[in-house]
Amino acid sequence: MTETFYEVMRRQGISRRSFLKFCSLTAAALGLGPEFAGKIAHAMENKPRIPILWLHGLECTCCSESFIRSAHPLAKDVILSMVSLDYDDTIMAASGHQAEAIVDEIVEKYKGNYIVAVEGNPPLNEDGMYCIVGGKPFVEQLRYATEHCKAIISWGSCASYGCVQAAKPNSTRATSVHKVITDKPIIKVPGCPPIAEVMTAVVTYMLTFERMPELDRQGRPKMFYSQRIHDNCYRRPHFDAGQFVESWDDEGARKGYCLYKMGCKGPTTYNACSTIRWNEGTSFPIQAGHGCIGCSEDGFWDKGSWYARLTDINQFGIESNADAVGGGVAAVVGGAVAAHAAVSAVKRAANKGEE
Amino acid sequence: MSVIKTPNGYTLDSSGRRVVVDPVSRIEGHMRCEVNVDENNVIRNAVSTGTMWRGLEVILKGRDPRDAWAFVERICGVCTGCHALTSVRAVEDALGIRIPKNAHLIREMMAKTLQVHDHVVHFYHLHALDWVNPVNALKADPKATSVLQQSVSPRHPLSSPGYFRDIQTRIRKFIESGQLGPFKNGYWDNPAYKLPPEADLMAVAHYLEALDLQKEFVKVHTVFGGKNPHPNYLVGGVPCAINMDGDLSAGAPLNMERLNFVRARIQEMVDFCKNVYLPDVIAIASFYKDWLYGGGHGAINVMDYGAYPKVNYDKSTDQLPGGVILNGNWDEIYEIDPRDPEQVQEFVAHSWYSYPDESVGLHPWDGITEPNYELGPKTKGTRTNIQELDESAKYSWIKAPRWRGHAVEVGPLSRYTLAYAHGVEYVRNQVDTSLAAFNRLAGTNLDVKTALNSTIGRTLARALEAEYCADMMVDDWNELIANIKAGDTATANMEKWDPSTWPKEAKGVGTVAAPRGALGHWIHIKDGRIENYQCVVPTTWNGSPRDPAGNIGAFEACLLNTPMERPDEPVEILRSLHSFDPCLACSTHVMSEDGEELTEVKIR
Repeated sequence: MTETFYEVMRRQGISRRSFLKFCSLTAAALGLGPEFAGKIAHAMENKPRIPILWLHGLECTCCSESFIRSAHPLAKDVILSMVSLDYDDTIMAASGHQAEAIVDEIVEKYKGNYIVAVEGNPPLNEDGMYCIVGGKPFVEQLRYATEHCKAIISWGSCASYGCVQAAKPNSTRATSVHKVITDKPIIKVPGCPPIAEVMTAVVTYMLTFERMPELDRQGRPKMFYSQRIHDNCYRRPHFDAGQFVESWDDEGARKGYCLYKMGCKGPTTYNACSTIRWNEGTSFPIQAGHGCIGCSEDGFWDKGSWYARLTDINQFGIESNADAVGGGVAAVVGGAVAAHAAVSAVKRAANKGEE
Repeated sequence: MSVIKTPNGYTLDSSGRRVVVDPVSRIEGHMRCEVNVDENNVIRNAVSTGTMWRGLEVILKGRDPRDAWAFVERICGVCTGCHALTSVRAVEDALGIRIPKNAHLIREMMAKTLQVHDHVVHFYHLHALDWVNPVNALKADPKATSVLQQSVSPRHPLSSPGYFRDIQTRIRKFIESGQLGPFKNGYWDNPAYKLPPEADLMAVAHYLEALDLQKEFVKVHTVFGGKNPHPNYLVGGVPCAINMDGDLSAGAPLNMERLNFVRARIQEMVDFCKNVYLPDVIAIASFYKDWLYGGGHGAINVMDYGAYPKVNYDKSTDQLPGGVILNGNWDEIYEIDPRDPEQVQEFVAHSWYSYPDESVGLHPWDGITEPNYELGPKTKGTRTNIQELDESAKYSWIKAPRWRGHAVEVGPLSRYTLAYAHGVEYVRNQVDTSLAAFNRLAGTNLDVKTALNSTIGRTLARALEAEYCADMMVDDWNELIANIKAGDTATANMEKWDPSTWPKEAKGVGTVAAPRGALGHWIHIKDGRIENYQCVVPTTWNGSPRDPAGNIGAFEACLLNTPMERPDEPVEILRSLHSFDPCLACSTHVMSEDGEELTEVKIR
């Protein structure tokens, strides 16, 4: 159970009298008048919302943007009622030293009881000064903020795997979070960006069940990353029937045939796009006519063109069969991969970093 | 040396107290700002620094030009899609590909959806807290708030006392919890906040309404591009094929149901812009009628490439026509040509990059990006713990783009200044009507030039542009339907899809009116691969450090002579910087492997 704010203060030797004084000062600082002091004290003595520090390294902010698209739960409900998003450069009111002070305060007051969400990643070249926060390298803030955290959420492909700035030749040495922080439980939620409802589901799962979701061998929640896009694609019957789009805007494209020959990476990409879909289930890339580019896979930028037919799935034996028949083999192989993943995940339950 | 006169007419005095803001929050990316304030707490010198550097152009080198859109789209997930659009335009320009009319209209709707979405989220979630005090909203009378809402915007349905009471109760519970989340450590007792509690409560309600609605707007991207953020694009057209009739049309990317769905989302954008966003900006501004700071280059030195052609490939039909205005002379508009090596140039004298000769600028087709992180001799602190920067040396990861040597502002205010000067009727009506409404509410008599050349003018221009884009989308949608009805369902031109059909060497430019301003991508294709790729983006223009001549950029210019209530609570700095909607990931994307020159390109 998460300790209440009051319990933490008592444990650290703060007297009840000092605590009440703190509440009065807080009320005054907020311009609320003395009558609110009691209410603040009451709130703090009861269940606090779990503090989250959402850090931003080298990134494009697509994960934050995706997060606020969440429909169930609504982003505002997560932020107002479920967690306490105390630090997030992108939406927080405070700037400068007032912003930095928040990290100090949370680390100090909620030792072991707060979550660090990381969007983007730290660059390590040039002493880390390719990403500067408060005049210092971002990697320093990352190390400082995570030292006493309960767990880390690596949002998106940047934090999970490096993503675009880590594509070859990666001159900044942008490095995924788990390669820098190796002694904390890390949940990877890859995708460029991840699906909004997957993001809020990870958060609400942790709050509801007070534990981490079950992870696969790569540290991803199995509930969302154990199946390939291809496994549940609504165009899958066309794949099985050998009906393919052969050129953009051809008859097959208009009829919604399979995009495999146009380079679709659905058969090798683990994500929930074809089941949960995007933006409240409105659509997903394949439904809108473009193949999957595999954005939730490690190193997807360096696996060849979006429009090159998959070649790195030869090991599964799909390539030789797909054009002619379809995916009977793929289904068998997919099952085997999933079984293997499950076994590995048990061994890695604590997820102490990749290497 | 503490007082400097810049060639572009500003006086910089660094003798006063130095105030540092790092991180600057509620922006995209990472940014630092330092100012000097005099004994009266008036800003006399400003230093703006881009503090991140990712590097995408070198990553593109050697890759398939048809893939480039996805890489550069990841320059920014906030203005998501605008780099992808610029990229496919640059590639198509280089290869001589013309896209079908349907593809053009769909891309236009995606661009304008982005414009509306980005402006709404910017105003409510990144900018409003500079003007709106959520803590003060607790003191509001919900009945009085209801009256205010109905007077400001009679057509907005969410206006009952009960509605505002519920919102207030929710905010009260939140604040009384003692865990203020994103509002923590705000400057809520700073007298710079001027709204009465009722207006604060109304604005907080709209903060939440906008948060709910923005996720609806972007579904236009989801239908056409499969997801948002980061919808998919395609060189040669759009990937969403059209099938209105017959077998399997239900599974087609675009059919009647999908197009109706898009039309409904467009209507939400139109309604929200007209009934909530624009009235809020005018109402809030009227409580800050004396706060006319933050103009800088705004409405004085402005630039845009021009956007939204009625007829694709015909710049003369641009509905927001481009050009350059200098020295506030709206009567003379210079034409802009992104291909001309003399016009758009980037300088690095004060940027963390090296050129062989840093007194000159380089056109993007000749661009060099050689990183060189070094601090000036007067820096306080160390290499990895900067206390105060030395702006006489290199001090930012942003380059300094100039138009014929002039520092210019880009963005909605620039587009609106240009459109007004061009005499675009819709824009003139919008500006004149909203200014009249402002003057009526505030009891002032501001003229257009005075009102627009300010932080609030910049914020107003953004709201007007959102309204215009939402309206224009209705036209685009109607035109798409008419075109399909006339029998044209083409969405992609595949004649030059195969690289074997390409010339051995080709160069192209793509431009877009991105939410934050003029965006350009320059590409050089050789043997079917990317030889060189350069982006000059809006925040690079606005957030530029000084150039070799000492001209300051728009961010630095806008802060000068602004009085601060409490220098340690930099709400005035945030107001003006946020009015540009800074996007630092966009402006600091460039790099070159090991500092090598990317390529040598000869200008035709």
